[in-house]
Amino acid sequence: MSHVPAIGAALDNGKSGEPYWKKVFDGFERSKEWIRKAKPDVILLVYNDHAVAFSLDIIPTFALGCAAEFPVADEGWGPRPVPKVIGHPELAAHIAQSVILDEFDLTVVNKMEVDHGLTVPLSLMYGQPKAWPCPVIPLPVNVVVYPPPTANRCYQLGRALRKAIRSYGEDLRVVVFGTGGMSHQLQGPRAGFINSKFDRRFLDRMTKDPKSLTRITHLELLREAGSEGIELVMWLIMRGALDEKVREVHRFYHVPASNTAVGHLILENLK
Amino acid sequence: MRKRNDYDDIPGTTVFDAQRSRQGYHLNMFCMSLMKADNRAQFKAGERAYLDRWPMTEEQKQAVLKRDWNRMISLGGNIYYLAKLFFNDQKSFQYVAAIMTGSTQEEYAAMMLKGGRPPKGNRTLSDWKKKRG
Repeated sequence: MSHVPAIGAALDNGKSGEPYWKKVFDGFERSKEWIRKAKPDVILLVYNDHAVAFSLDIIPTFALGCAAEFPVADEGWGPRPVPKVIGHPELAAHIAQSVILDEFDLTVVNKMEVDHGLTVPLSLMYGQPKAWPCPVIPLPVNVVVYPPPTANRCYQLGRALRKAIRSYGEDLRVVVFGTGGMSHQLQGPRAGFINSKFDRRFLDRMTKDPKSLTRITHLELLREAGSEGIELVMWLIMRGALDEKVREVHRFYHVPASNTAVGHLILENLK
Repeated sequence: MRKRNDYDDIPGTTVFDAQRSRQGYHLNMFCMSLMKADNRAQFKAGERAYLDRWPMTEEQKQAVLKRDWNRMISLGGNIYYLAKLFFNDQKSFQYVAAIMTGSTQEEYAAMMLKGGRPPKGNRTLSDWKKKRG
């Protein structure tokens, strides 16, 4: 699902009922109902940081937030008025140990602020609660400095995450959020690029043929989904964490939210 | 020397790769410094003096002073970092996107409402040559 900062601003400033934004928020009504019923014990949230917690000083390709809590960052206009994010350090530590031994050398982060990339998807799913209903483990992925990890690498990390979660001592209901995208370009004379045909096909393949998406190249993503649309690789981490065969519970696609095509899928394992 | 990359064939697009990240390091870190209120106040008090504290090239400093967004990008700026500068100016992504594409904000917003810039005719450098030729 998308994380456009203006979506957060629309909600925070009471503009979610305006016709322009209502079209976006309406697409998540069913999702809110779904997650209320699904009642996850933990959310593993795959997202990208936008030059907030990480800068050009340190650029982890994959990182895992293992802290007990994650303050909401001030991105330059004051922190978003949303609850702080509570982590799940025990499960996060278990995941880190499991996936590193599985040859995914991610960076363990024990102190980190989280930006709109993480909080906007939570707002879309939960609205404006006093506290987020469950702990969240942030998994930031570098998609700002080229090259981001490949689509295949992301999918394989998803497989390793699934194995890690399954081997945890406690039986927890974990929902994985894959965020970002869909097609958009924020920079240069080609800014405003949107490719709905590509996006819709991407959604179809996410549900029915995820393996074909692991062969998608960075060049194709840049050309067909826009320079910032390359962040779609993050969806593959979520997809890899699921079974190969899944049920598509909900789909929503809308253009535009500011400069971006908003796409949203809810997928469930069959059993 | 910059090696030619496959993505150099995408028109109107500057991929923020490792070379550009190196070239734009101080420019981008200057932008990031504006996330702190203290720094914003100092920048406001004297943009040139504040910029002179950063080991940026003169070209980069001029591009910042002129708010020449495409130029900043060509000198190693990244849009997520430049966002700290235009947020400081109380400008939005759409405002800056309109400038970068050479359109008014109204034209740009209207294009987005109609579904955005289409892929047809916008995939390769030769697409753009044909259009302008």
